[in-house]
Amino acid sequence: MTNGSYIVGLGLFAFIALMGAGFAADQPFAQHMWVLFFVLVGATFALIRRAQFAPVQAPDPDAYMDGPIRYGAIATIFWGVIGLTVGVVVALQLAFPDLNIEPWFNFGRMRPLHTSAVIFAFGGNALIATSFYVVQRTSRARLFGGDLAWFVFWGYQLFIVMAATGYLLGITQSREYAEPEWYVDIWLTIVWVAYLLVFLGTILKRKEPHIYVANWFYLAFIVTIAMLHIVNNLAVPASFVGSHSYSLFAGVQDALTQWWYGHNAVGFFLTAGFLGMMYYFVPKQAERPVYSYRLSIIHFWALIFLYIWAGPHHLHYTALPDWAQTLGMVFSIMLWMPSWGGMINGLMTLSGAWDKIRTDPVIRMMVAAIAFYGMATFEGPMMSIKAVNSLSHYTDWTIGHVHSGALGWNGLITFAALYFMVPRLWGRARLYSERLVVWHFWLAMIGIVVYAAVMWVSGIMQGLMWREYDEQGFLVYSFAETVQAMFPYYLMRALGGALYLAGAIIMAYNLTMTILGHEREEEPIGGKSAAPRPAAVPAE
Amino acid sequence: METYTWLRQFADSWGLLFMTLFFIGVVLFAFRPGSREQADEAARIPLKDD
Repeated sequence: MTNGSYIVGLGLFAFIALMGAGFAADQPFAQHMWVLFFVLVGATFALIRRAQFAPVQAPDPDAYMDGPIRYGAIATIFWGVIGLTVGVVVALQLAFPDLNIEPWFNFGRMRPLHTSAVIFAFGGNALIATSFYVVQRTSRARLFGGDLAWFVFWGYQLFIVMAATGYLLGITQSREYAEPEWYVDIWLTIVWVAYLLVFLGTILKRKEPHIYVANWFYLAFIVTIAMLHIVNNLAVPASFVGSHSYSLFAGVQDALTQWWYGHNAVGFFLTAGFLGMMYYFVPKQAERPVYSYRLSIIHFWALIFLYIWAGPHHLHYTALPDWAQTLGMVFSIMLWMPSWGGMINGLMTLSGAWDKIRTDPVIRMMVAAIAFYGMATFEGPMMSIKAVNSLSHYTDWTIGHVHSGALGWNGLITFAALYFMVPRLWGRARLYSERLVVWHFWLAMIGIVVYAAVMWVSGIMQGLMWREYDEQGFLVYSFAETVQAMFPYYLMRALGGALYLAGAIIMAYNLTMTILGHEREEEPIGGKSAAPRPAAVPAE
Repeated sequence: METYTWLRQFADSWGLLFMTLFFIGVVLFAFRPGSREQADEAARIPLKDD
């Protein structure tokens, strides 16, 4: 019988979750364990229904293992739409406080739901799926570990569900981007170690003598995230059947550990991992090798040497020693070099094929992503300069910066990778519609520009209002007045986010139709034919 | 010597020296004579199949 041991294991864990619910020390933990119980029972029944008693053919050891990647691509699309939708909702909650529905759906609980859904659910699934896709094809080897890759996929989805439901139930350890409590952290550690085993095992059994640079970036991402996650979540649970824990660190050490984690989550999750995507999918889509392979090696080492020290710039003008703040600032500024080296390397890969920006909307998306990588990594070091930070910190400028990086760089490069992978994973000749990709591109682009520009204005306004003194040395504005002044910007920001979400929904439709095997009859993109463009398509 | 002071001194002396030398070594290795052909070959890995 297939899946026998998995069914027994899942059933056992469902029973343990039931025990957790019964003996819980606090009510949120009991509710969370009920959630876990029903998820695990559902999974057990799903596996039982899929069990087969006929002898199963062993998979071809030379064929690539694409099952978890197909599921990963679907999960990326699904969580992407969910995460962006929650983002639009929280943007509206800021503008209209009545939308805060107590207790589960108020801003304080929805905000980590949004950040974790887009970073870890959307971005994380994209990273896992593309890393499995890339490592097999550049190593010319099947994924190592058999069903372990399936464990990584489903284990990660369970982490997402537990994290998301935990936030809504009010379970949090209050560490930004690391909100899940101790038991969810332990689960993620187990899944992550399995992920490392699959990835490293595949590299070790590669048939290609050289380890392609994309795999270096992916490996740095996996190893560093393991280290960051474990150190930042060192905590003592108040009870083994409770949802509360205490950090091992205190005071400013705790703050620095958190921002060492927080910034390197940006550096290694959202940068190194997605650079792995860039170094594989851009050459593939452009059908030409990366501009300079040796520059990519220096890009890699410079990035990982510098990023790890930049965290203290999140703690300017705090109790953190001055020298540590300056160190964080100096290393952040040095990051300009690898960031721009990498950006140039990605863009110049298209040298000699620039016409593809006009004729291939996926290439256009990639070029925009790399351009946003360059812009966001220019803005970041600038904001880390203490004098600039004294104005920008705690304002919407920071939010705008994060979104130009996340929507522009991470979002667009992931969408481009999906547009590349999905037809190939399902053996389709082409995408359902290239023209819908154009629509997606422009909706996303307008959305980002609206969002980022609005947040610059509102952030700088907010910062200036906070520090405005009159001639007698009194603050001119009360805090509530600054909040009131931001209302129109909050509305425009929600509009920008909604446009970006609309693009993602178009992508979800386009890729679903691709997966189902449909091909839309349409005129080829301009440049490929002399036919006049239909009026419904925006100008390029 | 307390841990903080010791770590601090190590970090801005031997630790810094080691990392600087390692990084310079990486750059020199990347641009060593004859690396261009190897790099060009490695750059073609993704384009070889499917």
